Amino acid sequence: MRGWPLIKLLPQKTNFRFVRYALPAGVLSLVLCVASIVGCFYPGLNMGIDFRGGASLEVAKPAGQVIELDAIRGAVSGLGLGDVGVQGIARRDNNVDDGSTAIVRFQVPEGEDQTHVVQRVEAAIDQAVGQVTYSGVSVVGSKVSGELFTSGLMALAAAVALMFLYIWFRFEPQFGFGAVAGLVHDMILTFGLIVLFKFEFSLNMVAAILTVIGYSMNDTVVVFDRLRENLRKYKTMPLRDVIDLSLNETLSRTIITGVTAVGVLAILAIFGGEALFGFSIALMMGIIIGTYSSIYVGAPIIMLWGVKRGGSVDEEAKPIKLGMASRP
Amino acid sequence: MIQLSRWKVVLVGLSLVLGLLLAYPNVLSPEQRASLPGWLPKNALNLGLDLQGGSHLLLEVDVPAMREKRITNMAEDVRVTLREERININGIQREGGGVVVSIANPAQFDLAMTAIRNLAAAGAAGGVQERTATRMSDNRIRYAFTEQALANMGATAVDQSIEVVRRRIDSLGTREPSITRQGSDRIVVQAPGESDPAQLERVIGQTAQLTFQMVDVENTANFMQTGLVPPDAEVLQDAQGNIYLVKKRILVSGENLTRASVDSDQSGRPAIGFRFDGQGARRFGEATSANIGKPFAIILDGKVLSAPNIKSAITGGSGIIEGNFGLAEASEMVNLLNGGALPAPLKVEERRVVSAELGADAVAKGALSTAIGFVLIVVFMMLSYGLLFGGVSVLGLLLNGLLIVAAMSLTQATLTLPGIAGLILTFAVAVDANVLIYERMRDEARSGRSVVASMDAGFNKAMGTIVDANLTTLVAALIMFMFGAGPVRGFAWTLTIGVFTSMFSSVMVAQVLLSWWLKTAKPKTLPIADEPVRQAGKTATAAAE
Repeated sequence: MRGWPLIKLLPQKTNFRFVRYALPAGVLSLVLCVASIVGCFYPGLNMGIDFRGGASLEVAKPAGQVIELDAIRGAVSGLGLGDVGVQGIARRDNNVDDGSTAIVRFQVPEGEDQTHVVQRVEAAIDQAVGQVTYSGVSVVGSKVSGELFTSGLMALAAAVALMFLYIWFRFEPQFGFGAVAGLVHDMILTFGLIVLFKFEFSLNMVAAILTVIGYSMNDTVVVFDRLRENLRKYKTMPLRDVIDLSLNETLSRTIITGVTAVGVLAILAIFGGEALFGFSIALMMGIIIGTYSSIYVGAPIIMLWGVKRGGSVDEEAKPIKLGMASRP
Repeated sequence: MIQLSRWKVVLVGLSLVLGLLLAYPNVLSPEQRASLPGWLPKNALNLGLDLQGGSHLLLEVDVPAMREKRITNMAEDVRVTLREERININGIQREGGGVVVSIANPAQFDLAMTAIRNLAAAGAAGGVQERTATRMSDNRIRYAFTEQALANMGATAVDQSIEVVRRRIDSLGTREPSITRQGSDRIVVQAPGESDPAQLERVIGQTAQLTFQMVDVENTANFMQTGLVPPDAEVLQDAQGNIYLVKKRILVSGENLTRASVDSDQSGRPAIGFRFDGQGARRFGEATSANIGKPFAIILDGKVLSAPNIKSAITGGSGIIEGNFGLAEASEMVNLLNGGALPAPLKVEERRVVSAELGADAVAKGALSTAIGFVLIVVFMMLSYGLLFGGVSVLGLLLNGLLIVAAMSLTQATLTLPGIAGLILTFAVAVDANVLIYERMRDEARSGRSVVASMDAGFNKAMGTIVDANLTTLVAALIMFMFGAGPVRGFAWTLTIGVFTSMFSSVMVAQVLLSWWLKTAKPKTLPIADEPVRQAGKTATAAAE
């Protein structure tokens, strides 16, 4: 049945002593988190036009001629004004979309004169696509209105709180704390990397962060689930060994799922073009961080806290004899 | 669990058929879709503004009109307040950013001054007083907006309009329009897809100012004869052209509305149900108990919807508005009322077609890379778990993709780039479910169980983890959908759909296909096991293959 030897990324049984490195890893995580938080304020997140607003400009060629959108995007991007939006639009006079007109949106850097920036943009466009006419220069506001912003934050906070409660009730309180700590850790580090790589923070980045949260949660729950199972199975084994065992047992799944997700995102980053690049890289890094955190943030917190074991002995919690010769 | 149960096969088959039926319109051209018979689903995926483009409206917020209106309301406030205090006035005049009222009796001047000061203080928003009352010569009092308030009025109106417009055109939160301020008093609205610009304009074009006012019964007869309108009344019409003389004083307005819904009257015709907040309910209760037997008018944007007689005091704070509405009209009105009133009228300055925000080149690249990504998953799963087990999870993924397209087409949620992020997560989690199951099977096989036992245990034990992980995600997604707005909501919706479809397809499809394989092939070894394990053997033998 087996057509080819199945690839194995790991030997069938691993015995990594994860917990041994929990302390340095924890210190590293803490340092990186602090650095990320500092980074979010200084130099600060590179807020995109979605959040900060900017200026917009209409560019038109005579009717029937085609204006090269990517040439414009390339030229204006070269000015270092951050992400540039170029969107084709129907002609103002007859509302016919013949590809001759575009709206260009860009940011006006702080402290710079708008008219001056607009002149630079116009010069760059002239050079890229030849003679065009400009109209409708105006200031544009942010896409994220106050209500949208506050409701988004509210939603996020409520979602985190509810996940915390869910894990608290499904597992133990310390599991809930571990999971939420891991999640906050992932969120902060993803922000840090966005700052580090000077990616523009846009609405798409918000989606990327939400996705990272979702992935991190999924990964953590998988590890915790195994941990809970092993805690019941091996009542006398020291907690640190149970954690190591659970991490090792889930490791091959963690790696396979992680590699799949990262692989897809790498493809998206390589072939997806400029528009998808920052988004896919942020997601990819977030998923790597999320995988790391379920090993080194969630579980160690449980160890720090300790787990009540064997307090209530129910049927399920009794040691199960499975004839596992290879297991301790 | 691993037996081939009939209901699972039926369920997978049904979902496949339903998925195909709902996703099918996506491969048709718009003309072909339109010619489908009526009972077939016709909706294709709704792509977002960033992927597909749509319509573009440039709106101007009519700030002067709003300013005018607010000053008129100010005059009415003063008139009512002074009457309640029994202070006689000679008249109220408009002047600049406010009104000037002259008091008839100098003895009442101080009383009037205090009353108007209180009125000004009552209107203070966030501790900042917007209105001031100043003493003038000849027993006159000037009641006006501060310079600051007048200057801010425009900006505030634009901000409020943006929120109202968003609530109206995106009441479900899954349409994902882009609404931005442009310049000082303009708003650009871009809505995705082939959404009907005329409908868009109709929805945006109404201020949706709902008021309840008493009909001026005492003066109606006189007005009909002489055409004389008392200073505290106005003349309004309903849709049929009937004329009403209505008191200017607003009993309750749309601001006190907490919820409107489509309802029906006693004879089953569509009506609009409404519910007031505490303050609105109290005012409505007071007004109705004081005026039993008299008619009041329900007015939307200066048009009388209906003018029923008050049969009894309405203290519960809810009721229905009857009128000659069609169902579509009623639901559009409900949407307007729930979105809140626009602070100022909006004028459409420009309407145009726009193409995708990301640009056609970017969208094409995105589609290509998604396809490559999928191939990568397929190859990777095949390499890791072999033709059979890998293939089964790929089939599960395909069904998952089909069901997602079907569900998104059915609910007409808009697929945007953030939504695609949600989908990538969904696929990752779907693959994860299969990986969890297979790794569990391996574990069990390793510990010396038979093929059937290890597959059974693999499903059973992995299921708990899968359910936990997915429920956590679902909890988060539902909360984000409830509280979030705009892109957060769109993301949450895609994620919610994805959790259901991926749980179903990756677990069910694997169960059905693998149990069928188990039944027909009667395998001696588990193909994904590390080393072939002899059936029911306690020790693994290395030379079985």
